[in-house]
Amino acid sequence: MKIFPSLTALLLGGCLSFGAFAAIDTYQFTSDAQEQQYRQITEQLRCPKCQNTSIAASDSIIAADMRTKVYQLLNEGQTRDQIVQYMVARYGNFVTYEPPVTPSTLILWLGPLLFVLIGATVIVMRSRRQGGSVRAKSTASVVAETEISHSELSIKEQQRLAQLLTDVTKKESGGKGS
Amino acid sequence: MNRKLLFIPLVLFLALAAALLVQLTRNANGDDPTLLESALIGKPVPVFKLESLSEPGKIYDQSVLRDGKPILLNVWATWCPTCRAEHEYLNTLAAKGIRVVGLNYKDDRQKAVNWLNTLGNPYALSLYDGDGMLGLDLGVYGAPETFLIDGQGIIRYRHAGDMNDKVWQKEVLPLYKKYGGDA
Repeated sequence: MKIFPSLTALLLGGCLSFGAFAAIDTYQFTSDAQEQQYRQITEQLRCPKCQNTSIAASDSIIAADMRTKVYQLLNEGQTRDQIVQYMVARYGNFVTYEPPVTPSTLILWLGPLLFVLIGATVIVMRSRRQGGSVRAKSTASVVAETEISHSELSIKEQQRLAQLLTDVTKKESGGKGS
Repeated sequence: MNRKLLFIPLVLFLALAAALLVQLTRNANGDDPTLLESALIGKPVPVFKLESLSEPGKIYDQSVLRDGKPILLNVWATWCPTCRAEHEYLNTLAAKGIRVVGLNYKDDRQKAVNWLNTLGNPYALSLYDGDGMLGLDLGVYGAPETFLIDGQGIIRYRHAGDMNDKVWQKEVLPLYKKYGGDA
C-alpha cells in the first residue's frame, strides 16, 4: 500500500512539467557578432525546468521565454555579464553553468584540484617505494659478479652455486607480486 | 604493501552506496531534488503592470500584492493538469478567508475565465500574464507555483507544485502566521 503515495507524487510531479513544444525561433540580429553572442549566452544558461539542458537546447516553455528575454536584452545593448546577472537574480545561481565561488560551491572549484593533489601524492609515494627496492642488488648483477670466480670452483661447487642462484631467482620473481 | 590499504576502494564504495541510499529514501518520502530554491525570498515583488484576467484594459500594478496582511500568489494555467488537481484546495483556502491572488500564466484568456466559472473562483483578484514576463521576473519555471507574500509586499516563500493540505499545514501555515496572518 505504501507504493500509492509515491506513485501519486510521481504522477503529480510529471504533470508539473511543461509540455514540450518543438519550436524554431526566428530572431533578426543586427550583426553576426550579436548573433554569435546570443548563441554563446543561451548555451551558457541552464534551463531551470529541464535540468542540465541549456536554454538553447531546451524545448520547454520557460527556456523559450528566457531565449526571448536574452534577445530583448541584447537588443537593449546589455552585455553578456549583465544578462547572466539578470537571469541569476530571478532563477538563482542554478541557472548559470559557471557558478560563482561561494562557501557552498567551493567544492566544485576546489574538488578537481584536490583530485590532482591526491593523485600526485599517490604517484610520488609509489615511485619512492619502488626506487628504494631498485637500489637493492638484483640477482642478475650478483650472477655477473660471481661469473669471474666460476673457474676457481670445483664442478660440484659450481653446480651447487647454480642451484642456489635459481632458487633465489624463483623466490624473488614469485615474491614480487605481493 | 599494507593489506589494509586494499580495503580503501570497498570503504569508498560503501560510503557512496550509503549516500545514495539516504537520498533515494528522502526522494521516496517526497523530497524532490529537482526543486529549485527561489532567488526572490526576502525580496519585494517585482514591478509589473498587468491586465485583469476578466476585464481587459483594467491595469493592476505591484501595489495590489501589498495588503498589510500576508497573501498567496498562485501561478496557474488551464494547460497545467496539476493546477486542476490543486484547484479544489485553493477554493478551501479562500473559503477560510485567506486572500489568494491568481496569476494566470501564458494561457488563453477565454479558457481561463471558463475554468473559473465552472470550477469556482478562489481568487480575490486575477491577473493575466499572457506572455509570462511577470512569471519570468518571479523566477517561475513551471506551473503551479504558489508564493507567500507578506503584508509589506516581500516574498517569503515559494512552493513549486500543487498546494495541498500537507504542504499548507507543514510549510506555509507557520510562515503565514509568523507574518501576521490569522487562519
